[in-house]
Amino acid sequence: MVENKSEIRNPKSEIKDSKSEQGNKIVTSKLNVWYDGKQALKDISLNVEMNEIMGVIGPSNSGKTSFLETLNRLNELYPGSRTEGQVLLDGKDIFKEIDKHLLRKKVGIVFALPLPLPLSIFDNVAYGPRLHGIKDKKKITELVEQSLKSAAIWDEVKDRLKENAFKLSGGQQQRLCIARTLAVEPDVVLYDEPCSGLDPISTLKIEEAMRELKKIYTQVLVTNNVKQSARVSDRTAFFLMGEMIELGATTQIFTSPKDKRTDDYISGRFG
Amino acid sequence: MSRKFEYFIEKAIFLSGAASIVFVALIFIFLLKEGLSLFSEVNVFSFLFGTNWYPISDPPQFGILPLILGSLFVTFGAIVIAVPLGLGAAIYTAEVAPKSIRGILKSGIELLAAIPSIVLGFIGIIFLGPVLKNIFQLQSGLTALAGSIMLAFMAMPTIVSIIEDAIVSVPKSYKEGSLALGATHWQTIYRVILPAAASGILAAIMLGIGRVIGETMAVLMITGNAAIMPTSFLQPVRTLTATIAAEMGEAVSGSSHYYSLFAIGIILFIISFIINVLADIFMHRGKANR
Repeated sequence: MVENKSEIRNPKSEIKDSKSEQGNKIVTSKLNVWYDGKQALKDISLNVEMNEIMGVIGPSNSGKTSFLETLNRLNELYPGSRTEGQVLLDGKDIFKEIDKHLLRKKVGIVFALPLPLPLSIFDNVAYGPRLHGIKDKKKITELVEQSLKSAAIWDEVKDRLKENAFKLSGGQQQRLCIARTLAVEPDVVLYDEPCSGLDPISTLKIEEAMRELKKIYTQVLVTNNVKQSARVSDRTAFFLMGEMIELGATTQIFTSPKDKRTDDYISGRFG
Repeated sequence: MSRKFEYFIEKAIFLSGAASIVFVALIFIFLLKEGLSLFSEVNVFSFLFGTNWYPISDPPQFGILPLILGSLFVTFGAIVIAVPLGLGAAIYTAEVAPKSIRGILKSGIELLAAIPSIVLGFIGIIFLGPVLKNIFQLQSGLTALAGSIMLAFMAMPTIVSIIEDAIVSVPKSYKEGSLALGATHWQTIYRVILPAAASGILAAIMLGIGRVIGETMAVLMITGNAAIMPTSFLQPVRTLTATIAAEMGEAVSGSSHYYSLFAIGIILFIISFIINVLADIFMHRGKANR
């Protein structure tokens, strides 16, 4: 259901031929985040490569979600949050050089719980494009179809696009949310434990969709499920207590981690 | 001992619960008994659609259409003023205002609800009437418009607090989902939060209407009280409620005039009942959708 992928997002090319072509989509340096004075992220410096899936693992409270939400400045919705340090997207400072609404369009996020809007399936996906000023009905219909196909849910919903999104199952709702995120044509897709509430089959479908989406998007996957990161990510970062302990190729992290704490975590000795 | 006590308490609570229904029923029966007597002399159609309200001329005419229209004019005007203001105030307090200002605004709105309607009527006569008179070059400022403006103030607290509740109870996830897609705060309010709160907003409007249509004292003072067919907002009108309040004292008990005032009461009762039922339907539809 995703075979017509390559033709979907060629308008991306104008972004790719900039300097970020050489490799890094996102670079953070000395990123610190506090909530009400409590530090959630400590000096996170890492890079997310173009078109990779980067897995972020770690026990709860390790700052994974904070990290993700800082990347599109959603953390600012919590009163009492404070950010220091730098995050570059395509070489541009997201706090100074990019409008935050545009940033959130470019860096989409899929939340842990599927959270459709109280609209029809079609309108849920069309919501973003309409928001960003697309009025042409044909274009919107196309975008909706493409996005639903990319999220591997088109075949299941194509005959019921007018139904309320809440009628879908949990796994379908989550893929709908992925489609909704894709419909605004982002560069980066962030996933915050996207499969935590889903059954294995839905999880499998979402992982397959992510692998397909690699061709077009840079993806960051935060997961509590260590095995999921091993299955889908190219590189994996291990977070603990707000610090990044280790970042490396997924195979390296899972076979020969350099830090003992990483080893302990992935082999299930704590966390 | 304690079992007897339980029994007693249970019955007492049951009785207080049942009392409200019994009272409503008794009031309605009383209204019907007194009001329906009118229709042995006057037919229902000429009562509802007659355009002349001359209850004490000879022969008397009991057409309440001018009064119904008076009530509708004043209510409509009040709602047109109060709903946009109330909606704006509710959006501001629920979504935009910083916490410190939110507290001040909420107590301000509650205080507005605490102002006795006679005081509003008083301000209407002393201040608003002359102002309107000057602005529109009228003979008297005591018009439907004056009534609408003062009643809008009375409906505001109800409207604001119910809309605000509706907005606050919209799941936070809708807002986050929308903002995460790059929507601005206003786009989120307008495209997601308000539609999700729509049933609460409708209920608020209905209860606002109920509040306004039943109001008596202020309208009696500031609408000019002329029982003529209203054609414009700049003209004195008389409402159903004001008619009962103004004439009950002089109506001879047992006369058709007396019965006709009860019949007006029935009409008011029916209108309020319909409005309450509608508000209730809207509220429940909202809950079922979540």
